Amino acid sequence: MNLKKQPGLKSMLAIYRRELLSYVTTPTAYVFVAVFLFAIGLFTFQVGGFFERRQAELTYSFFSFHPWIFMVFLPAVSMRLWAEEARSGAIELLLTLPAPTWALVLGKYLAAWTVAAVALVLTFPLWITVNVLSNWHADNAAIFTAYIGSLLMAGAYLAIGSAMSALTPAQIVAFVLAVLISFLLTALGLPLVSDFFSGFVGGGVAEAISRFSILYHFDAAQRGVVEFRSVFYFLSLIALCLGFTALAVDARRGG
Amino acid sequence: MLLQVDGLRKSFGRRVAVDGVGFSLDVGEIVGFLGPNGAGKTTTMRMIAGYLEPDDGEVKVFNIDVAQERRRAQERVGYLPEGAPLYGEMTPWMFLRFVAEARGMTREGARHAVRRAAQDARLGDTIDQPIDTLSKGYRRRVGLAAALLHDPLLLILDEPTDGLDPNQRGAVRDLIKRLGEDRGLIISTHSLEEVEAVCTRAIVIDNGRVVADDTPKALAEKHGSLEAAFRKLTRGEERV
Repeated sequence: MNLKKQPGLKSMLAIYRRELLSYVTTPTAYVFVAVFLFAIGLFTFQVGGFFERRQAELTYSFFSFHPWIFMVFLPAVSMRLWAEEARSGAIELLLTLPAPTWALVLGKYLAAWTVAAVALVLTFPLWITVNVLSNWHADNAAIFTAYIGSLLMAGAYLAIGSAMSALTPAQIVAFVLAVLISFLLTALGLPLVSDFFSGFVGGGVAEAISRFSILYHFDAAQRGVVEFRSVFYFLSLIALCLGFTALAVDARRGG
Repeated sequence: MLLQVDGLRKSFGRRVAVDGVGFSLDVGEIVGFLGPNGAGKTTTMRMIAGYLEPDDGEVKVFNIDVAQERRRAQERVGYLPEGAPLYGEMTPWMFLRFVAEARGMTREGARHAVRRAAQDARLGDTIDQPIDTLSKGYRRRVGLAAALLHDPLLLILDEPTDGLDPNQRGAVRDLIKRLGEDRGLIISTHSLEEVEAVCTRAIVIDNGRVVADDTPKALAEKHGSLEAAFRKLTRGEERV
């Protein structure tokens, strides 16, 4: 199959470029990325005790905070994706384009993911610091794996945010819903929460519930281990949420 | 036949917005949709443009059923939504490039199409200014240019002159007349004088139904004037 001839693909790329452009021509992306970098720095050095640990690793001082920062930061990036189109009426332009709905959904989503990827890449000074402090003996393969895991996890949070954004024309509602769902899906993996569940449904069920959590699947990645079931988990979560987004967008045609 | 609409119906919850609208349209016709607010004009146009799905009935653009092959039909329709929503942070040039490429044009094709549409809509020097800084009249022209990009034979324009000053209105009307020479157009409007000035046919819609479909001249002769026809044919909620 010639991909270039696939009509939806051109539409998707056009949507992607426009969305990315609107992130960089309005201050939003800069503000988000700056706040993210500030928050991650604060946690790494103040809470994570990066220097005090005297270890050439980023797992506990850096990556372990990602789920918690992402669940607030990323819904702010994704909240406008569809809500703003519905509010401004521009959704009518998009839905009267001869483009398949998946192309619209994917184009917008990938633009948001790109913003998240840029934010992650901009944490590179930490990686350099770890390497300099350890005379380049840091486990860079593990760090790279953890970054990929973090990017996948970011994709999952953004997909949740995209789905919530398609439900309402109010960005703030989309934000709150996305934070709520992201929090639930993450916190299910906390020992505190699974202990709570095991109290009345038994340890086995509590364990099963925690396996559905984002935290559980990020755990291996942040330690630098590639777990295929976790990659599968994140990709399925993304596909599920984007499918839901497409359904919600298409439901507008019904009136 | 450019457009064939049959038995179109659409409800929102309990409210019936469009209740069995049917008509057809040929090249060279400029049809004016007339009717009070909430009569079903916008909903009808949205169904023709493939934005809303009808509950019942059929829209055929060049014999292509919009419900069956939405995208193929949409490739042949130019549509200006009510209020002409745009992306304010972009310039018309960027915006039109985006629409052209999202419609599946190549980069070269898009550049060419944007130049032509911008010229047709008389965008002039505004093409490189952020849309947010443009006057209402120019913003409407940007919306029109976006509807013209793929050179469609069928144009659906929802209130193209609404909220414009007399000069801007005149310019848009001239454009509509020019476009109507070798295309088919549907415009909705509240201005009866506009229908007399540009439309070859008037379709009066009330309560989701077509209550009259004739030339503006014939309607005016039958009822005394177009305004009298409008008042007599539509339910006139406002009447004291």
